[in-house]
Amino acid sequence: MRKVLLYQLALIIPAVLFSLQCYAQDIPSTELIKNAKLYDGKIVTYGGEAVGDIMVRGEFAWVNIYDGSNAIGIWVHKDLIRDITYTGGYRAKGDLVAVAGRFNRSCLEHGGDLDIHAQSFTKISPGSKIHHALDTEAVKSASVLFCTLVLIFLLRMRQSRKPASSRHP
Amino acid sequence: MILRPQLDDVKSIGYYLGKIVLGFGIAMLLPFIAGLVFFREVNPSLHFLIGAEISILIGLGLDCFCRTDKDLNTAQGMVVISLSWLVAMVLGAIPLFLSGHYKSFLDVCFETMSGLTTTGLILVQDLDHVSRTHNLWRHLGPFIGGQGIAIIAISFLLGGTSGALKMYVGEARDEKLVPNIIHTSRFIWLISIVYLILGTIVLGIVGIFIGLKPPSAFFHGACIFMAGFDTAGFAPQSQNILYYHSLAFEIVAIVFMVLGSLNFNLHYQLWTGNHKEIWKSIETRTLLLITMLVSLITLVGLKHFGVYSGAAVLFRKGFFHVISGHTTTGYMTIYAQQFIQEWGDFALTLIIFSMALGGCACSTAGGIKMLRVGIIFKALREDIKKILLPDSAIVAQKFHHIRTMFLEEKLVRGVLIVTFGYLLLYGLGALVGVALGYPFLESLFESTSAAANVGLSCGITDASMPTILKITYIIEMWAGRLEVMSVFALLGFLVSFVKGR
Repeated sequence: MRKVLLYQLALIIPAVLFSLQCYAQDIPSTELIKNAKLYDGKIVTYGGEAVGDIMVRGEFAWVNIYDGSNAIGIWVHKDLIRDITYTGGYRAKGDLVAVAGRFNRSCLEHGGDLDIHAQSFTKISPGSKIHHALDTEAVKSASVLFCTLVLIFLLRMRQSRKPASSRHP
Repeated sequence: MILRPQLDDVKSIGYYLGKIVLGFGIAMLLPFIAGLVFFREVNPSLHFLIGAEISILIGLGLDCFCRTDKDLNTAQGMVVISLSWLVAMVLGAIPLFLSGHYKSFLDVCFETMSGLTTTGLILVQDLDHVSRTHNLWRHLGPFIGGQGIAIIAISFLLGGTSGALKMYVGEARDEKLVPNIIHTSRFIWLISIVYLILGTIVLGIVGIFIGLKPPSAFFHGACIFMAGFDTAGFAPQSQNILYYHSLAFEIVAIVFMVLGSLNFNLHYQLWTGNHKEIWKSIETRTLLLITMLVSLITLVGLKHFGVYSGAAVLFRKGFFHVISGHTTTGYMTIYAQQFIQEWGDFALTLIIFSMALGGCACSTAGGIKMLRVGIIFKALREDIKKILLPDSAIVAQKFHHIRTMFLEEKLVRGVLIVTFGYLLLYGLGALVGVALGYPFLESLFESTSAAANVGLSCGITDASMPTILKITYIIEMWAGRLEVMSVFALLGFLVSFVKGR
């Protein structure tokens, strides 16, 4: 009986330890998606730019983090995201964040989504507003095209006064 | 003997092409105005002003130089339509190219064709930072293309010429909702715009409930509706529908995908109070039957192979993607690589099957279409009956689609030709993929997705894929949207220039 118990412990303990294995370095999204089964249920670290909307759902929130290849949804307690000031979009470069949390290949809590349930969520560097200077080349091109358009329009107006058949005897 | 086209023929084609280009250019002013007034994005708005100006210039130019009283014949109508989709692809690509989010002009052309044909395969870089103005155009493309590029010109720029009918038919629409073609086109717009308003409101409200800010919620709502109802599958964020992490959002998306894949004629019947038609039509019956069967087998397969477990997960991942594939929308709640890494050959094959069959005829959906599948089944049944019954027995098969009709040889022949055309497209595209070193099943998946105008991807579609494959998929999307015949008409027209007398 004791032997059986020892054997069982010998099997269970490494399994538990393995499941609690942490990945200290940031894992790229492509690796997480490609080898999702390998990382499923493990604690991983992941980092990138917070993009789009922060969607608060009760005590938690969804923040989508883009690492340059893909964006992955992070399920995080809303207290942990108070520091977030910018999320990435056309007008802003989002805050860069580092996340440590449990990776789910197919999260049962969230309808099978591939996500990370954050245990820690740290802002690495702040984002900023993006200033888009007026594209003067575009203004010039648009103006030249507009003048040409007016000319063609006038030509067409002149042409439309004559019936089509009179030009094709 | 093939007749060489005369100058008058070319002029007729140019004149009607000009009208379509003019309509397309005017449509490009919408994102220009929205960008300036609502989004306050000056540079992106300028890109659309430039795009619109070039389009209107070309449209007016063709209108001036090709002016003619001559009407179009059937072949010319098809040539106009085939050309107009290519011209629209290039012109529609201009503002997107100016955004700087694409690696090459070919990539933009690919995505513009993908949008206009309601496919949904993308090559955009860093989508999460694209301006709202450009994003609006990405989604407006499917809304215009889904209804048909020529529909704009027919509805508002052409009189009641027979050329309008030829162009309407050339755009793979052979069903008139009302006797007048202009009224039919306007009704298609009416249905689409009413649904657009309703869809934007519903998705906007759901968006607010799931945590989006109101302006963002309604912007996303409008985009997701346009790409969902028009079965394109574009989304404003790189994660597609996964971005929202919401069951409610996915359910509403499913409803709009299904609505978009239904025949406009069926919408008309429902609007005019003929609710029974939905249960009587061969199309909806076939759609329901095949969707149920494929969903069931896919879900059992996904559960059996341990890909997903739990009813909610199977619904949100399995059922969602079957509907997305079958309606030829292409919305995704998983990453493209997951199809290959996790789903396995069995589920992948079923999705290919769904995509290949597609939605209903005269809808925004692509693929072989349910009406054709239903007719082929009926014809098969008729032939089996003929074999089993005595030689003297007369077998007459009927089917119901808006009205009850006899199954005629001529009809079955037409159906089989188009079906064969689609199968050829799927196969040829897959062959090019295999020749370039991709595995067969993945190549077939991507090729079917392109030719059936679906937009689901297993990861092949990427900015780094070979140029030849990009061009192959562009041709597949174009030919698939026009149901092959118009493309053949264009090829025939070009051949007649060389070989004609």
